[in-house]
Amino acid sequence: MRNALDLAWPREGLIRVPYPVYSRADVYAEERARIFMGPVWNFLCLEAELPNPGDWRASFVGDVPVVVTRDLDGKLNAFENRCAHRGALLCLKRNGHGREISCVYHNWTYDLRGALTGVTFERGVNRKGGMPADFKRAEHDLRRLRVESFAGLVFGSFAAGMPPVEQYLGAEIAARVRRVLRKRVKVLGYSSQILPNNWKVYVENNKDSYHASLLHAFFTTFRMNRLSQQGGIIVDGSGGHHVSYSLRATDRASADYDAAALRAKREDYRLADPSMLDGVDEFGDGITLQILTVFPSCVVQQIQNSLALRQIVPRGTGETELLWTYIGYDDDDAAMLMRRQKQSNLVGPGGYISMEDGAVGGFIQRALPGAEEDASIVQMGGGDVASTDTRATETAVRGFWQVYRRLMGV
Amino acid sequence: MPPDIATQLALERLLARYVASLDEDRLEEWPGYFTEDCRYQIISAENYEQNLPIGVFFADSRGMLSDRVSALRQANIYEAQRYRHLVSSTLILDASDGIVTARSNYLVVRIMHDGATALFSSGRYLDRVSFRGPDPLFLEKLVIFDSRRIDTLLAIPL
Repeated sequence: MRNALDLAWPREGLIRVPYPVYSRADVYAEERARIFMGPVWNFLCLEAELPNPGDWRASFVGDVPVVVTRDLDGKLNAFENRCAHRGALLCLKRNGHGREISCVYHNWTYDLRGALTGVTFERGVNRKGGMPADFKRAEHDLRRLRVESFAGLVFGSFAAGMPPVEQYLGAEIAARVRRVLRKRVKVLGYSSQILPNNWKVYVENNKDSYHASLLHAFFTTFRMNRLSQQGGIIVDGSGGHHVSYSLRATDRASADYDAAALRAKREDYRLADPSMLDGVDEFGDGITLQILTVFPSCVVQQIQNSLALRQIVPRGTGETELLWTYIGYDDDDAAMLMRRQKQSNLVGPGGYISMEDGAVGGFIQRALPGAEEDASIVQMGGGDVASTDTRATETAVRGFWQVYRRLMGV
Repeated sequence: MPPDIATQLALERLLARYVASLDEDRLEEWPGYFTEDCRYQIISAENYEQNLPIGVFFADSRGMLSDRVSALRQANIYEAQRYRHLVSSTLILDASDGIVTARSNYLVVRIMHDGATALFSSGRYLDRVSFRGPDPLFLEKLVIFDSRRIDTLLAIPL
């Protein structure tokens, strides 16, 4: 049993978040142990990245390096990317292929299930040196994760007794994952964006539908996303997962909206080449935007025809690496591929929308000094955690903290 | 046969004007270095070498470049910053029918409004330049950056 974390949560509960959670090193270490290596399913990669037996893909659980493999029987495995001998990283590249995995340091080898299969000079050289007789290879296999593929997404967990991923997500969220991963996907590109903020700031940003049309002027101007558009938030039973969605061109004239005289709303701003916004309703449901989060650190994104997975990798209390995997479907034609390519200008480190999410987290992180006794306000839409048909709410942010507090014991 | 010196100088002069417009915050001039139906892309070397089509920014018209500038000026929120480009080792790979293909190295230092200065991007330009008009113009400019990571955000073009 781990010691309780000395972190007092404000008496108001989920509607307040104490600022030290974004800066304390002890909180960060506990998050690794209790959340990422705890009873959660972590998104690791796409099955499409491991098409053949012998393929491997390096990934992370929180900031813990892991490897996902497809073994020679075609089954998925995941284990820590750390040699049992001296603790060196085993797989250095993102992807690779082979019948075994070996450490560059002393050439210890492992099979694709993480079992230690070879210790170089185990019996010594010329009968001198070597490992003692009581050294047993079988006691030094790499620590394995439970692995499950759901809709082509590979998830891993260090915890025993996890429910299946579908149950973990809940029926509504699972259906929305399937909606995007509805057929065979292919990777169209990768990006990595270093965010100058704590990982939770970026998680909250994804769950915060309130900011979308206020911070992101690009969306609002072209009516791709206004809070007066029809749409809503779905939060699963645990609170940890969410979907925010909106439908095309359904918004009614809204006096509240126009009265706010938003910076983000500029009627005079028109594109010289609007081909980027020529989306098609490929899902047949009129939903032009669906941002989905899986607790703790996965985002499934559909913005028009731009589809991507985002993996959130903590890199210390004040830095986060955001790994983008842009996807399309195997059967995309040239026109669809071009649409996805153009609409990718909206997202990623240089995206018309996502660049601002990269910047705003740093504004929070840099303002933390002096806020040690203070807390932020998460009160839009009341104080509960529930699905709703408005996006002028912070309900999904509260849902994140509900699960966080339970796992962290704070 | 070595490429003619006049072409080499014209190309280097185009690149020098191009980076001066970016570095001196004359972004409105930037689309003017391209043809109407140009192609411009910023992509990591990793994606480029694996033939993955999606990078950080893509345009297939001068209009899309103008849109980038107007979005940066009017819509997007990002902290004030400048670049300093260093372009070198411009090598003509092919020159025929008034179209020159060349590669150059680039280095971009980013200077934030508070003075924080860091090496932001290194990489190569793969350019196809039309010499058919009065001024040379980019038909295609591929910006292939070496690192797979981008710090915080990429707002101003490279």
